[in-house]
Amino acid sequence: MIQLLAFYLFAALTLAAGALTILSRNPVHSVLWLIVAFFNAAGLMVLVGAEFIAMLLVIVYVGAVAVLFLFVVMMLNIDFAALRAGFIKNFPLGILLAAVLLAEVLMGVGVVQGGALQLGTPDGSAPVPAGAQNIEAIGAVLYGKYLFLFEVAGVILLVAMIGAIVLTHRERKGVRGQNIARQVARRPDEATVNMQPDVGKGVSL
Amino acid sequence: MTQFFQQWMPYEWAWGLATLCGILLIAFPLMLAVAMIIYVDRKIWAAMALRRGPNVVGPLGLLQSFADGLKVMLQETIIPSSTSKALFLLAPIVTFTVALMAWAVIPFNGGAILADINVGLLYVLAVSSLGVYGTIVAGWSSNSKYPFFSAIRASAQMISYEVSIGFILICVVLWAGTFNMNGIVLAQKSHVWLLNGFVFNPLLFPMWVMFLISGMAETQRAPFDLTEAESELVAGYQTEYSSMAFALYWLGEYANVLLMCALNAVLFWGGYLPPLDIPALYLVPGWIWLFAKIFLFFFIFSWVKATVPRYRYDQLMRLGWKVFLPVSLLFVVLVSGWLMYTGHFA
Repeated sequence: MIQLLAFYLFAALTLAAGALTILSRNPVHSVLWLIVAFFNAAGLMVLVGAEFIAMLLVIVYVGAVAVLFLFVVMMLNIDFAALRAGFIKNFPLGILLAAVLLAEVLMGVGVVQGGALQLGTPDGSAPVPAGAQNIEAIGAVLYGKYLFLFEVAGVILLVAMIGAIVLTHRERKGVRGQNIARQVARRPDEATVNMQPDVGKGVSL
Repeated sequence: MTQFFQQWMPYEWAWGLATLCGILLIAFPLMLAVAMIIYVDRKIWAAMALRRGPNVVGPLGLLQSFADGLKVMLQETIIPSSTSKALFLLAPIVTFTVALMAWAVIPFNGGAILADINVGLLYVLAVSSLGVYGTIVAGWSSNSKYPFFSAIRASAQMISYEVSIGFILICVVLWAGTFNMNGIVLAQKSHVWLLNGFVFNPLLFPMWVMFLISGMAETQRAPFDLTEAESELVAGYQTEYSSMAFALYWLGEYANVLLMCALNAVLFWGGYLPPLDIPALYLVPGWIWLFAKIFLFFFIFSWVKATVPRYRYDQLMRLGWKVFLPVSLLFVVLVSGWLMYTGHFA
């Protein structure tokens, strides 16, 4: 009963927040609705017994990715009129993308309905393997069965990270950078001078 | 508690009522603790500056926080006309709610924990990463320069330090072998001879020092309080706030500081276990040990606030990314290597 209520609450909020994400006129509001959607999706994950995935969803997407989105969207000076100008031009492409995504969702639902995958059951109770915790089960699969693919994914991410740093890093000439070690090693007697100048006389350093 | 209520009602209702009672049992004492800890903070700060601190309202000034609360409640709520109203009011609520939420998984005693979930530590990380939204949304919705600068600073700062906190927690989890908070506390029982606590382990002691400093940065306490650096940003993200909305930020900030102190105690200093694994010390209830440890760490937080000058922003970023991140990464390798070598996982 509680699970059913919670499911409909989370599902309805996810859908509503998703709709408001694309309907909001203000991009910052869009990102905030997106965060609400992420959060409710995490709630749905908890309901099917995948609490580890739910926590990762909140930590990674809400805690880091969405903050960066918000960061960028807030910093940019967005011209709303210019954004809407390309609507007609991009409309066919948008429809195509939406159709592809809808087809993917329908295929996924079809596979579950056909019984090929054992996901959660409609009443919200998930088939949890006896005695296996979420984290242990995922760890055993990732670091045992799919170790090679997992490490390849890690290497790809590493290459992408180094690539991003190389592409955005630029060496600038004539910039006076700070040498932290020198700043820390500086002592009062080499930075200050005690003087007692006569009245009316200036100080020369 | 669920069993207690089941005498009179079916399981679902008993569970709901028990959870509600548990939430109130944590939230109300926590609010009281926050009010008193603000007084303690001001007293410590005053003592270190050779002042008297609050000493007028009530005996020894003990009622100062309540007087302040009453004053703030009676003030008019001013919402500047150029703000985004819904978000402007939502932001302090988010900060305050999130500051309370994480307490659900803190074990106060052997069985005294509201939500004994097996991803407890991840839950703390997830909830504490939500806290930044209260600041960002406040800064943006205020539609004013200084709050906005403050919000940008806060988001960069919190993301930077969460990375190193994550690696520090991985070391703890590797040694404890569980994400469950109760399990982490129990794993520290007589960790080094008779000493309860990961902090006495030479490999984990540097991690604790870094966790303490990262905690100060994460809660935006001095010396990392660049988000409300009054010489640069007026009052930071709280500039446009008044009345209860301002008080919610005030309370949320201290609830977060207390949470960081509690995490220090639970993850590194043995939580509700006594410092020494001697039967006589177990006669003292566990929550007294936990509260004593929280109080000790709060004193350290106050001490640092009273004595250390504020960091420059570039120093803050350098500390997070160029010092803490590589060192914590090195310790993940060291700790996991040592544990593999000694056959901890076998």
